[in-house]
Amino acid sequence: MSLSPSDDIALSEIGPAGPRPQAVGRELVGRSPGQLAWTRLRRDRTAMISGTVLAVLFIVAVAAPLIERLYGVGPQQQFQDALDSYGMPLGYSGGITGAHWFGLEPGLGRDIFIRMVYGLRTSLFVAVVAAVVTTLIGVAAGVLAGYLGGWIDAVIGWVTDFALAMPFLIVALAFVPTVALRFYGQREAEPALFRVAVIIVVFAIFGWTSAARLVRGQIVSLREREFVEAAQASGVGLAHMLFRQLLPNIWAPILVSFSLAVPSYVTNEAVLSFLGVGVVDPTPDFGAMIFRSINYLQTDPAYVFFPGVTIFVLVLAFNLFGDSLRDALDPKSSR
Amino acid sequence: MTLQERPLDRDAPGGTPVRQREPGPVAEPLLTVEGLTRHFPVRDRLGPRSIVRAVDGVDFDVRPGETLGLVGESGCGKTTTGRMIVRLLEPTAGRIRFDGRDITHTRGRALRPLRRELQIIFQDPYSSLNPRHTIGKIVGIPLQVNGVRPEGGIKRRVQELLEVVGLNPEHYNRYPHEFSGGQRQRVGIARALALRPRLIVADEPVSALDVSIQAQVVNLLRQLQRELGLAFLFIAHDLAVVRHFSHRVAVMYLGRIVEIGARDDIYRRPRHPYTRALLSAVPDVDRPGGATGRIRLAGDPASPADPPSGCRFRTRCWKARDICATEEPTLSPREGGTQLTACHFPETEPPQ
Amino acid sequence: MAPPVPEPDPAQAAQPYLAVRDLTVRFDTEDGVVRAVNGVSFSVHAGRTLCVVGESGSGKSVASLAVLGLHDPRRTRLTGQILVGGRDVVGLDEKRIRTMRGRSMAMIFQDPLSALHPYYTVGRQIVEAYRVHHPSAGKAEARRHALAMLGRVGIPQPDRRFDRYPHEFSGGMRQRVMIAMALVNHPELLIADEPTTALDVTVQAQILDLLADLQSEFNTAIVLITHDLGVVSQVAHDVLVMYGGRAVEQGSVEQVLRHPQHPYTWGLLASVPSLRGDPDADLTPISGSPPSMINLPDGCAFHPRCRYAGHTAGRSVTEIPLLLPAGEPGHLVACHLSPADRARLRERETTPTEVA
Repeated sequence: MSLSPSDDIALSEIGPAGPRPQAVGRELVGRSPGQLAWTRLRRDRTAMISGTVLAVLFIVAVAAPLIERLYGVGPQQQFQDALDSYGMPLGYSGGITGAHWFGLEPGLGRDIFIRMVYGLRTSLFVAVVAAVVTTLIGVAAGVLAGYLGGWIDAVIGWVTDFALAMPFLIVALAFVPTVALRFYGQREAEPALFRVAVIIVVFAIFGWTSAARLVRGQIVSLREREFVEAAQASGVGLAHMLFRQLLPNIWAPILVSFSLAVPSYVTNEAVLSFLGVGVVDPTPDFGAMIFRSINYLQTDPAYVFFPGVTIFVLVLAFNLFGDSLRDALDPKSSR
Repeated sequence: MTLQERPLDRDAPGGTPVRQREPGPVAEPLLTVEGLTRHFPVRDRLGPRSIVRAVDGVDFDVRPGETLGLVGESGCGKTTTGRMIVRLLEPTAGRIRFDGRDITHTRGRALRPLRRELQIIFQDPYSSLNPRHTIGKIVGIPLQVNGVRPEGGIKRRVQELLEVVGLNPEHYNRYPHEFSGGQRQRVGIARALALRPRLIVADEPVSALDVSIQAQVVNLLRQLQRELGLAFLFIAHDLAVVRHFSHRVAVMYLGRIVEIGARDDIYRRPRHPYTRALLSAVPDVDRPGGATGRIRLAGDPASPADPPSGCRFRTRCWKARDICATEEPTLSPREGGTQLTACHFPETEPPQ
Repeated sequence: MAPPVPEPDPAQAAQPYLAVRDLTVRFDTEDGVVRAVNGVSFSVHAGRTLCVVGESGSGKSVASLAVLGLHDPRRTRLTGQILVGGRDVVGLDEKRIRTMRGRSMAMIFQDPLSALHPYYTVGRQIVEAYRVHHPSAGKAEARRHALAMLGRVGIPQPDRRFDRYPHEFSGGMRQRVMIAMALVNHPELLIADEPTTALDVTVQAQILDLLADLQSEFNTAIVLITHDLGVVSQVAHDVLVMYGGRAVEQGSVEQVLRHPQHPYTWGLLASVPSLRGDPDADLTPISGSPPSMINLPDGCAFHPRCRYAGHTAGRSVTEIPLLLPAGEPGHLVACHLSPADRARLRERETTPTEVA
């Protein structure tokens, strides 16, 4: 049957195409496409569960100082007296006690739970800021390239290809230490926020391309729709065309790409920290914690376990939520 | 429902036909088009670069308050012509004059005042409305961006417009997806009316609609013309619809006008063989079976990238002779009439 | 329970090739159950053309796709009987239906470009269609059949066009290719879904002529789905008018177009702009919009748009009208109006256009 695509066409015709969405009496009062998507999202159990998980994690990250106060232990506090002479935590499974919920770090004896709370704060901050920055750059580049076309499109296309051709890890490995050295000497301690800013810049250089391509494609297909011509015929300016006519129609893919970008930055940031070019030690961070814990994989598996599981849950929840969001915003029959 | 067809609320249908008013004998045309041309370069990956002559030297005018019907088959350039007139496309050559001003190359801010007087209605009621805007916003945007501040506010004016086109003004806050095709097309008409234009280019406004809805929209356009004195350039492929809305008709074939004249002349005494073939191909409900006396054109229209030499219709014409391949016929009148025909061998007898 | 099936003409008392009895098609969607077809019966004899007329969402396409078994079995609930050459295809498994598709029944679509495969030459696609049902045929034999068919549907120089791709053909030529592909196995039943809607009038005329020629040659039964009453009057022997998933009127083309009995049919006929009659008079549309298939009106689905719904003492709002004989044999109508009322109202409704 490979030669008769007509069957598939017929299938799609017999499906939702049959009943065109009609004006259904008066009981349906002015529901915007956004409201419809929200209704669909609320009906989706995966979305609700993963959304709740994300909300809890975000609250924990934001409320870290408050948790520290309630918990009574700070991220830099060391509990050497709870370690044995080899530097390993006393007690079972990494020294889990009522005072130290997830146990202690071997060596320095810092509390793992409170370091994870702060580590979550670092990870989410880096990832969300990087996602916002890359999405903004990507949307701006994509909209301009898609709507204006011509040489602007060509130039943006070249720059995109150039950014895509650079190997991310190699550049990051070379870039981060060099920049750090340029601003702060060999011996100076660099402020934690500076390192974070450098990492975000690295992500921004590489990350905007996918959003730009996505948005450009969407805009190119929207440009063919007659409502764009109708707006031109009404005499609207460029800003109105881009922000009032076109952008509202691509919120859905932008939102989805944003929600899928955040988890990828979470893992990338952890990878950079793991490789030693990310956030550096006194600042709590998932990647750095996992990097340190690898040495104790055999002697203190609990040290790997908690940060590993948390980052896994975080990334999984983000991805599941992103997928549900896409289904809710863009069911096949929409438009 | 929300559709209010004024002449139809009575029990007896078609009893009181509302006549379409002839526009007054105004001499000055509102819109004049001379030698209008648009070529599109086409880059084919395999073949050499070619030029599609979508519109290739078109002349006509539209007087205030009248409808000029522009008919032709797909690819004849009628839509491109309409887009150039409302300045959505830049002409390659030729001149467009509106109300005495040359607007062929007006650009940017200078276009604003023109936009108010020249509007367009689109074919596809699904893609011509922004799905993220309420219909109130859609109709209101032309007022907003042109800085029009109507008495009583934009919302009030928009609701009046919705009422004019037969929609419920309370549906101001609804989204396009909540409306049927015919209702959406009414929203498109309201948007075109918002700035009180003098000329509307209607590009196949009813061809995407169901038959029973088509008639509603055609009647609405006729009513608007009667009440507001609007001029229309009515682009369509359906000759029967054009007949019910046009005072004059121009027939296009492969980027050229082959015949233009008063409606009754074109429909009763078509002189160009192509016009005859078009009219005879329209299936008629009242003549079942009806293959008798029909003109059957062979083949498809030639490609506008490679039009035939001489008369462009000659490859499908049953009257074609040698001269047709060498010399392009010009639009010329006969017996001092107003009907212009571009044919070396025009028909002289009315069809049976 | 099943509404009466129209009696075949005595002249062709043979079994109809396609007989659909009390067909119901429903599918589930996110917004509710779509009642696309609600108890429709019709039949087509070999060599005859049935035109199914209706607006978008009237169920006309769904009904005919169900005949070919081209519906999603997981979402669709199908009841009733569809006899193709005496064999009921309702509930038949996909494999058996596939052997019938192309061989005993075939379909042509409105948009040939999306129904033809863009990566294969048209010749290869027709050859493939032939060999699916003639597995023993050699390449050369299949090619000969395909070439003959391309020539038969009026494609000039078929041997040169054989190795071209669909995008290299014009709209009319593509539709001819589709017809060649559908008819290469000489199916007894051809279903054509708006085959000329996307074409220009001059090309439409060619295609309709071609279908008529091929029908007389192969004695094919044709179901032609259309919204264009002009096309109906040109090619139909019988007509089925659908509204809201139900048959509201059916009969011969003479009966339905000359002596229409249902107010919806009157409305359709009156709203078609014509090349004759008074061009300065307003057209006579049907008010309102077609109904939603999820939310069909109670009683007669047409009553919200019917000018005469008030003449039925409220029955049109509560009771679904049955498809009953309307005078002449074979002519059926589903309307609550009494025959006398209908005759009187039709007089008023159709007089202006018929006089003109």
